Amino acid sequence: MRRLSLGTWLLPVYAVLALIFLMVPIVYTFVFSFNDSLKSNITWRGFTFDKWLNVCAVQNGAVCEAFGNSALIGVVATVLATTLGTMIAIALVRYRFRFRSATSLLLFLPMATPEVVLGAGLAAQFLSVGVPKDMVTIILAHTMFCISFVVVTVKARVAGLDPALEEAGRDLYGSPAQVFARVTFPLLLPGILAAALLSFALSFDDFIITNFNSGAVTTFPKYIYISASRGIPAEANVIASAVFILALVIVVTAQVSSAARAKRQARQA
Amino acid sequence: MAFAAFAPTTTPPTDASGTAASPRRRSPVALLLLLPGILYLGLFFLAPLVSLILTSLQAPSEFGDIGQYSYAFRWENYVAVIQQYWPHILRSFGYALIATVLALLFSYPLAYFIGVTARRWPLLQSLMLVLVIAPFFISFLLRTLAWKQILSDESFLVTSLKAVSLLGPDAHLTGTAFSVIFGLTYNFIPFMTLPLYTTLERLDLRYLEAGNDLYASPVQVFRTVTVPLSMPGIVAGTLLTFIPAAGDYINASRDFLGGADTQMIGNVIEANFLVLLNYPAAAALSIILMTVILVMVGVYVKRSGTEELL
Amino acid sequence: MAAGAFAERGADLELVGIQKRFPGFTAIENLDLTIPAGSFFALLGPSGCGKTTTLRLVAGLEDPTSGRILIGGQDVTTQKAFQRPVNTVFQSYALFPHMTVLENVAFGLRRRKIPDAVGRAHEALRLVELDHLAARKPVQLSGGQQQRVALARAIVNRPALLLLDEPLGALDLKLRRQMQLELKTIQEEVGLTFLHVTHDQEEAMTMADTIAVMNKGRIEQLGSPEQLYELPRTAFVANFLGQSNLFTGPVVGETTSMISVDVAGHAVIVPKSRSHRHGGTVSVGVRPEKLSLHREQPPTDAGRNLLGPGRVIDVSFTGVSTQYLVVVPGIGTLVVFEQNRTFGPVGGEGEEVWVSWHVEHGFGLDDDPADDPKFAADTDTQSIAAQRRAALVTELEEA
Repeated sequence: MRRLSLGTWLLPVYAVLALIFLMVPIVYTFVFSFNDSLKSNITWRGFTFDKWLNVCAVQNGAVCEAFGNSALIGVVATVLATTLGTMIAIALVRYRFRFRSATSLLLFLPMATPEVVLGAGLAAQFLSVGVPKDMVTIILAHTMFCISFVVVTVKARVAGLDPALEEAGRDLYGSPAQVFARVTFPLLLPGILAAALLSFALSFDDFIITNFNSGAVTTFPKYIYISASRGIPAEANVIASAVFILALVIVVTAQVSSAARAKRQARQA
Repeated sequence: MAFAAFAPTTTPPTDASGTAASPRRRSPVALLLLLPGILYLGLFFLAPLVSLILTSLQAPSEFGDIGQYSYAFRWENYVAVIQQYWPHILRSFGYALIATVLALLFSYPLAYFIGVTARRWPLLQSLMLVLVIAPFFISFLLRTLAWKQILSDESFLVTSLKAVSLLGPDAHLTGTAFSVIFGLTYNFIPFMTLPLYTTLERLDLRYLEAGNDLYASPVQVFRTVTVPLSMPGIVAGTLLTFIPAAGDYINASRDFLGGADTQMIGNVIEANFLVLLNYPAAAALSIILMTVILVMVGVYVKRSGTEELL
Repeated sequence: MAAGAFAERGADLELVGIQKRFPGFTAIENLDLTIPAGSFFALLGPSGCGKTTTLRLVAGLEDPTSGRILIGGQDVTTQKAFQRPVNTVFQSYALFPHMTVLENVAFGLRRRKIPDAVGRAHEALRLVELDHLAARKPVQLSGGQQQRVALARAIVNRPALLLLDEPLGALDLKLRRQMQLELKTIQEEVGLTFLHVTHDQEEAMTMADTIAVMNKGRIEQLGSPEQLYELPRTAFVANFLGQSNLFTGPVVGETTSMISVDVAGHAVIVPKSRSHRHGGTVSVGVRPEKLSLHREQPPTDAGRNLLGPGRVIDVSFTGVSTQYLVVVPGIGTLVVFEQNRTFGPVGGEGEEVWVSWHVEHGFGLDDDPADDPKFAADTDTQSIAAQRRAALVTELEEA
């Protein structure tokens, strides 16, 4: 029985305070989405649901358009990055090939390179090749930096996959395609989904690389940056809060459902 | 950015059966799987880097306007850029270093609590981890702006601090080195916390018990057992924090938490590239930034090998 | 392997000149093996001896560096795993975690498009008495249940050859014994050819009709459990299968049916029919349970070998028998098992005793004694500690 001395209290209290500190801007943003503001959303003028109800009205729907762009870019980049990244992850774990170290290094570098450098580099390249900057260049850029993260995430899952399972599949008369479709892929799916979610989140929230490579297209973060000097409408807070709540719901649901499933299985056994 | 790589749902399970993994096969399939992705990265990562190097060496074109350059080998670009911007370069690494240390000090106890103390309550662990990564779900820019408003002169916080004379009447919090470092630290706390958590979560508590058994006080156990064993997490977290922080320019931007004297190398690169259209300068600065980072990563790779990278 | 049909019965397996090299080491030197159809065959050996590699070669999960594999007379060397009429029960069971027990068992049938896969899967589950758990996922089953599902999943396909890779390793003793009997029963009932890989010699002797003892990529000896046990060919087999007391010495005399070996002044007589070598320096041995312990020097008996006097240095009660360690000067430590027909040990610690055995129970090894240690390999902690100390001292001296 531990005595409740200062020592035992200190860490939990610190942890709670730390988490509260982390939440401050989130709460602030959320609260100010209800602000009855005019142009800028800095001083509190009153509580209203208006902004939530008429999100796309402000500035001729600029906010919603930006959001839409971000979402579209996110989806396309995610699909591309997840496909390419998963293939690489499988190759890295299951096969031997030369230039293995070089490949690992090449995959690691985009994660280690500051976004400024990535953004400027791509922009310089597009410039020298003469490609105009638009939606396509943004998607190409996002896919590029997402691939490495997909590889890391899926690789962990592939490494944890018992090779005996695929061997059993082959032993039980499954052709290579059948083994992949019925054994490998279903077991990798949670990792692939996690990688896809991560990829989407990275793409959606990306500003720096996008800023260098977007030309006239506005994404949601870019919209915020541009509006920062003249005043960000509360509608931006609304969208950000909505995304936050959605993301929170997804993550919490995933955790709760896997915990519930584990409990159910343990009880049945 | 690499947060979910460390999220608990994706850490691989330990091989309980102890069966040896089958040796990797040599097969043409490997090439087929690798090629599309590697080619893509070659095209959109390596080529741009090369482009950047070439751009950094360009000279202003003879008869062109602003923004027109021709290929050359103008090494003086680097000299010029360093002469002009060395304060920014130093400042960037300085801010990033301080922010990293602060983030480490802040995150370690938090990660320790979640990963070690709260081990008996996995549901609590999951909840706290969600709270740690929750800031990611709100746009990076909005988080920073929120702090700007909270630390601004008219805010409740600042006016109360001035009222109790903790702050001088003319002092501001925003637009200073303090606010920039504050912003950097805040934004990268999750990057520091998650790798630390991952390592601490796997810490075998029996080592700590052994330390206690061998006459070490709790502080000594922490210093001689816990910290060395959590070194991989510390190194990972440090890299993941320092590298993006050094290149960040949102926090230091004037519209956010920065002021006239707090410009970082990222701001300079942005300004040169998008506003002044001085591509060679921007490129040269980028290469300098990248080189320093690569040296750091190189040291790290040498010590742990490339397999550990991913 | 025809889709939609089962093999008629178990087929025989032939390995011809098999060699398997991995980068850095050779797992299998040169293997020739024939396993007749319908038999229960065990590959026995320590870890790293190549038995699992052999299994994987037969299953098609690895390709041999050279050699041929024939199943039922047909050369399957170039066939892939999913084309061979062979099924494996894996050491870790490898049950698909994302499928139910029923789906696991039906997997192979579905891939081969066998009609009524579900019905047959239920049948197989009934055979292992797990039909009531058909809807569960593998993670909800105990180790023993998982093992039975793995077995059902393999057997349901009626393979010509069933491979078992140490399938009972993770089970506790009682369950293991039970499964050993069940496996044997199923094999005889269904008439399949079983190839069982294990390092547990008791398991191999209980279940198999024929055992091949493997060591360092080669087969040391092949035969029935009795043959291998009572007439080992090499020191490795003598020590791996049960325990042996081994003695080395020159042949000093022979008759038409016997040879006499000089062991530190004592004469040990071994029948020529039970000895592979009849001249020069030979290693001979006798099993511990064949030895009798005497408190007084027994009268000389032409039909028995006698060693002694020696001193009892350890008495271990193991329930069924009592194990004695007897030191005979000039020879070393002998191991004696005496069945506990009555209560209490035959000899106490420190007592002076003699050891004798029937001449017909001795055996002579085929090994060249020059390479072999004089006695059974030392595995007691004292000698291991002494060896380690010597190694550390040399290391320190070199540093």
